[in-house]
Amino acid sequence: MSAAEFELTRLPVGKRAEVVRVGSVGSMRNRLLDLGLVPSTVVEAVRKSPAGDPVAYKIRGAVIALRSEESRQITVRSLD
Amino acid sequence: MGLTAKSTGIYAFLEDLNQSSVKADAIIALAGNPNTGKSTVFNGLTGLNQHTGNWPGKTVVLAKGNYLYRHKNITLVDLPGTYSLLANSADEQVARDFICFGDPDATVVVADATCLERNLNLVLQVMEITPKTILCLNLIDEAKRKKIEIDIAALENILGIPVIPTAARDKTGLKELREAIHQTVFGKRCNHPKPMVYSENIEVAIEKIQAEVENLFQGRINSRWVALRLLDGDTTIIQEMRNYLQRMEPKDQPVSETYKEVECCGSFGSRV
Repeated sequence: MSAAEFELTRLPVGKRAEVVRVGSVGSMRNRLLDLGLVPSTVVEAVRKSPAGDPVAYKIRGAVIALRSEESRQITVRSLD
Repeated sequence: MGLTAKSTGIYAFLEDLNQSSVKADAIIALAGNPNTGKSTVFNGLTGLNQHTGNWPGKTVVLAKGNYLYRHKNITLVDLPGTYSLLANSADEQVARDFICFGDPDATVVVADATCLERNLNLVLQVMEITPKTILCLNLIDEAKRKKIEIDIAALENILGIPVIPTAARDKTGLKELREAIHQTVFGKRCNHPKPMVYSENIEVAIEKIQAEVENLFQGRINSRWVALRLLDGDTTIIQEMRNYLQRMEPKDQPVSETYKEVECCGSFGSRV
C-alpha cells in the first residue's frame, strides 16, 4: 500500500476518496462489487453512526452503510 | 408427506401458476433493484389484481398478477428487489432461480432512472441469462426534475434490448411497456443483447464446462451462464440444476445418471 493509499475506514466524514482495490473474497466481495465499489469509484463518507460503526458512504448516487469489517477491505486514495 | 424438489422452491410456485384457473399465454418476470418502483409498475400493469404468496422453503414473498393485452392473458411475477443475481441472499437466489430455471417468456427489469448506473449491474446480469429482457426505466419524471436526461435510443443501441421510459405513479409509459412485452413474447422482434466477453483464460474455461452443461440441459437453459456460475464456485446453482433436471425427468436417461453428471460438472467447476 503506497503512502497515499489507505483503508476506507480511515476516510473522515465529508471527505472523498477513490477506490483502488477491493480486498475481500467470496460472496462479500461480490456484494461490494454489486454495490458499485469497483476501482476508480468515488466514495464520500457522509456520516458516522453514534457508535462510530457502521459509517454511511455515498456511492454512485446512493447512500450505503458499511461496517468497518467491510470497509477495512477496501483500499482507497484520497481525492480531497 | 415429505417435501421433494418438486414441491419446494420455485417449482411449487410454477405448479401453482400451472393450476391457475386462467391459463396464462405468457409468464413475465419482473425484476429490479429495491426502491425502483417495481411494485408500482406491477400494480400499474395488473390494475392491483395481485396475489401475494410465499414460496415454501424460503421466507421470500412473491406476488403474481394478470392483465389482458391484445387478447393475450399475461401473468406477471413480481420478484424480490435485488441488486444482483449472484445469490448472496435468499432473495437473490429466488430471483435468479426464477429467471434462469422458471423459464419466463420475458423478463422486465425495472430500473431507477435517477440513478441508472447503479441499476445497470442487474440489467447486465439478467441480459446474460436471457435475451428476452426489457428495460423499464422508471421514475423518469423524477429524473427530469433532477435535470437528468437519458438518451433512450442510444441506451437501446448499446444494450441491444428494448428500453421503455415510465413514470408508473402517473401511469405514463405503461402502454408502451405492455406493447414491448407483447412484441418480445409474441412479435417478431428479436433482441440481441450485447454479449459479455471475459478474459481469455475464463473464456477457455467456460467453453470446456459449457459443452458438458449443454449436454445435460439440451438448450433448455442458458448453458454459458450456468458454466459461469460453476466457475464462480457457486454451490447453490448445483442444487438448482438437480431440481430442474428432476422436474424435467429426461426420457433418454435415468435421473440418477443425470445427477452424477451434475456432480461432475460441479466438482469440475470448483477445481478451475
